[in-house]
Amino acid sequence: MNKPVLGLLLGAVLGAFDGLTALISAPETAPQIMGIVIGSTAKGLVVGAIVGWYASRVRSLGKGLLVGLIVAAFFAFLIALAPNPDGSHYWVEIMVPGSIVGLIVGYATQKFGRVRSPVQG
Amino acid sequence: MTRLSDQAVARLRDVVAWPELPPERYEVRRLLGRGGMGAVYAAFDRRLGREVAVKVSNAPSAAGDLEARLRQESRVLARLEHPGIVPVHDAGELDDGRWYYVMKLVRGQTLGEHVPSLRGEAPVLSVFERAAETVAFAHAAGIVHRDLKPSNIMMGSFGEVLVLDWGVAKILGTPPPGEVPTDVAGPTPGDGTASGTRIGTPGFMAPEQQRGDASTAGPAADVYSLGALLYWMFTGRPAPPTADEATLGLAALPDAPSRRLRAIVRKCLAESPADRYPDAGALVQDLARYRAGLAVRAHRESPLERAGRIVDRYRAFILLILAYLLMRALFAWSQRL
Repeated sequence: MNKPVLGLLLGAVLGAFDGLTALISAPETAPQIMGIVIGSTAKGLVVGAIVGWYASRVRSLGKGLLVGLIVAAFFAFLIALAPNPDGSHYWVEIMVPGSIVGLIVGYATQKFGRVRSPVQG
Repeated sequence: MTRLSDQAVARLRDVVAWPELPPERYEVRRLLGRGGMGAVYAAFDRRLGREVAVKVSNAPSAAGDLEARLRQESRVLARLEHPGIVPVHDAGELDDGRWYYVMKLVRGQTLGEHVPSLRGEAPVLSVFERAAETVAFAHAAGIVHRDLKPSNIMMGSFGEVLVLDWGVAKILGTPPPGEVPTDVAGPTPGDGTASGTRIGTPGFMAPEQQRGDASTAGPAADVYSLGALLYWMFTGRPAPPTADEATLGLAALPDAPSRRLRAIVRKCLAESPADRYPDAGALVQDLARYRAGLAVRAHRESPLERAGRIVDRYRAFILLILAYLLMRALFAWSQRL
């Protein structure tokens, strides 16, 4: 499996799982859980694709972790921007775990997955 | 009349014995070393303007086996184009019938001189693996070295690892020259290379070579020598005749190699060639598996060992997932307060 595909898969799985955990960490969101899971999976896919693509070009664990963290934190921030019905925001609840998911994807794509070998002309 | 000192006489004797290489091409500058088969000189290549090493066979023997061996060595080296093998530039015959060949002059240290500066498993393995890869390349080309030992491994000044002295190498499938009882590989001062059909160096040669069965020694004999070399790199001692865990004593070392690496050494040093890795390529593969944190062929691990190895291999990944789960659990717990 090459690195971008690994990033996509891992991002989607972790994103879906992250969305589902809302049932435990914020039970009041249960009625919107489908939307949360879909949104979180889509976020995971985008983050995974970007981080996986980066890992296929740059071989550096430190840089991979940093890119994973920044990209995931940015997308988590976009999601956390949407206010709750009472006007509050789940900044910490969304951004901290979301950023850790980015670190996981960043680490995994640097350590595992194949780099596509250059085609010889 | 002025009396010459013993030193001056010895130097003159050396100079007189210098080979008469084609003067328009080479200028012999100094003696680098002398062994059972021949001597190695530093010479200047006038045509290319560089220093080279020239190996010249000792005085011609009646049977011509010295020349045959040196010819074979130069051909073996020419056949093995690898960064771990000294390249041969030229070869020829002197007017007195002796064979010579010209190779790159290697500047650096022997493994024996370099090993004390290596601390811990990783640097030792890094050097050892490069030597083993060179031998694996030779095995793939159908050539067995048969005399691997610390003085035959050289560390170049840029960190390159070179396997030297292919003088007793055997091309698989062809009878090596002078394999009939002879003293062509006779004792080399200081390195203890055994003579005749008992080719190799005590402490580094395989049991089948010890028994004087050099003609049947195949790639597994080099695997034994590589195992002895790795053992020596860890302990500073030649390998004992029995390769069990207690006799080897690797576990008792202050920087003891891991259980799996000890098993690799033991497999190399097995009494029977059938119990060793079939060739250096298989050894290199197992070492790569070891470094990657995968199971090795030399060691059958228990479920607990396997779990420990997997946790060790994926430690950072597992820690990140645990951090994520901990974070989620903390949020859930704070929600219930």
